[in-house]
Amino acid sequence: MPRIIPAGDSALFVEFEERIDVEVNARTIALADAVQCAEIAGVCDVVPTYRSVAIYFDPLRVDYDALMTRVEHALTRPETRVRTTSAPISIPVCYGGELGPDLASVAAFAHVSEDEVIRLHTSATYRVFMLGFVAGFAYMGIVDRRIAMPRHATPRVRVPLGSVGIAGVQTGIYPAETPGGWQLIGRTPVKPFDPARAEPFLLKAGDAAQFVRIAREEYDRWPSA
Amino acid sequence: MAVRVIKPGMLTTVQDSGRWGFQARGVPVAGPMDPFSCRLANALVGNDRGAAGLEITLLGPELEFETERVIAVAGAEFDLTLDGRAVPMDAPFVASAESRLRFGARRRGARAYLAIAGGIATLPVLGSRSTHLISAMGGLDGRALRAGDRLVLGDATHTRSTPPAAPRHVPLPDHQARIRVLPGPQADYFSADSLDVLQSAPYVIGQQSDRMGFRLDGPRLTHARGADIISDATPLGVLQVPASGLPILLMADRQTTGGYPKIATVITADIAVAGQLSPGDAISFVVCTPREALAALIAQERALMAVESSPS
Repeated sequence: MPRIIPAGDSALFVEFEERIDVEVNARTIALADAVQCAEIAGVCDVVPTYRSVAIYFDPLRVDYDALMTRVEHALTRPETRVRTTSAPISIPVCYGGELGPDLASVAAFAHVSEDEVIRLHTSATYRVFMLGFVAGFAYMGIVDRRIAMPRHATPRVRVPLGSVGIAGVQTGIYPAETPGGWQLIGRTPVKPFDPARAEPFLLKAGDAAQFVRIAREEYDRWPSA
Repeated sequence: MAVRVIKPGMLTTVQDSGRWGFQARGVPVAGPMDPFSCRLANALVGNDRGAAGLEITLLGPELEFETERVIAVAGAEFDLTLDGRAVPMDAPFVASAESRLRFGARRRGARAYLAIAGGIATLPVLGSRSTHLISAMGGLDGRALRAGDRLVLGDATHTRSTPPAAPRHVPLPDHQARIRVLPGPQADYFSADSLDVLQSAPYVIGQQSDRMGFRLDGPRLTHARGADIISDATPLGVLQVPASGLPILLMADRQTTGGYPKIATVITADIAVAGQLSPGDAISFVVCTPREALAALIAQERALMAVESSPS
């Protein structure tokens, strides 16, 4: 059974098994959705992660019993939504060269060609396990073990917006220029986060995503690039 | 209808009650380091509690008002002057057109909050005007104020009548503070005596501390199951402990998730105290009960509501 533990006086954590696992993650997202949909007064944020849900609330306004009842009810339901109903979100990526400075080292790590790294990275459909780090950063997996290179020992000071990286079995896109230690294999012209867009976020937890290889000319001509 | 920035001060940012509701998308909350004083300042000028004002850090700014407005400053105690004449903290007063407000010497605390009737009307991002410095989001172009900036103000006609001066309910710390915590969410990831160790001696706030968090130096805590966890959510006021065993107190600009176990969480009422500390100051952590945490928060709420509902 998951454990329900308070974090201070204004948050509850519901922790599932401590592992990166599609089924565990699906249960956290289903619970977060159930709490969110219940629209309990005083609940101000619900955050699903790999294997836990944080529920933030105003202790002076929340009906704590209603919140607990809702959480416990949601936990008894077997429905987990492992499969996403929607088609994978397609993300164009220009691999290698100056846009993917670590592609060669990932190929060396995997003892395969750069083309094979690209083939392996684009052939899988990834699950968005959670978002964190900065606005719109999606932790996706599970990357093929052969190209699951660990992150750099010393992170880069500046990773360009749109960079697509690998960190072990995780893959992700940098939605802003930030420091970062992931192995950068390419770059997408699509912005994962744009507050000016009608839908500011490209991805949410539970989504499916697939990377599609594009040529440099296509990257340069992309409307939002 | 604007305020002109003559001198920006050390770190002056636009803050409202924070960017809540988007942590599931990785968006940090930001908001005031001392939410009590921010809300008090807004109450004093008749604003809603979520109105945007300025958070002023250590060294205050000099500001010029283009039009007459009721304003108030709460939080860290500064010598305040309006056109050279002393004006009080924790009380509303009128800043006439073309008048200049100057923050002088700081007496106690680290952060003051300036509220202006009508609020600051920068463009909201995801529903909030709070500045998040690292991601350059919100406030004025996502950054701290600079000399020459002009802050547009909201309409002041809908604000409530202003109350008289309010006695400060939360005492300002004088370089050291007793901060109450509740154990968890991951106290069991540490050796059995860790909560005793946490309370055994004060922790000093390191120089590499900012609105994201306070790096603390003091008694080292011992992990029972390693220092790495699968990343999960990071609440305001949580004490996360990396491999060094030295806790980091996560504050307003914290990331939404983190990969270190969290031994304890500062109670909401004492965030207002922590937010008045700066590098070099010391924190003595004390474990309290949920009942005590709630009682302290209710006392703060009563003090604020007395000002918010007060007729002039």
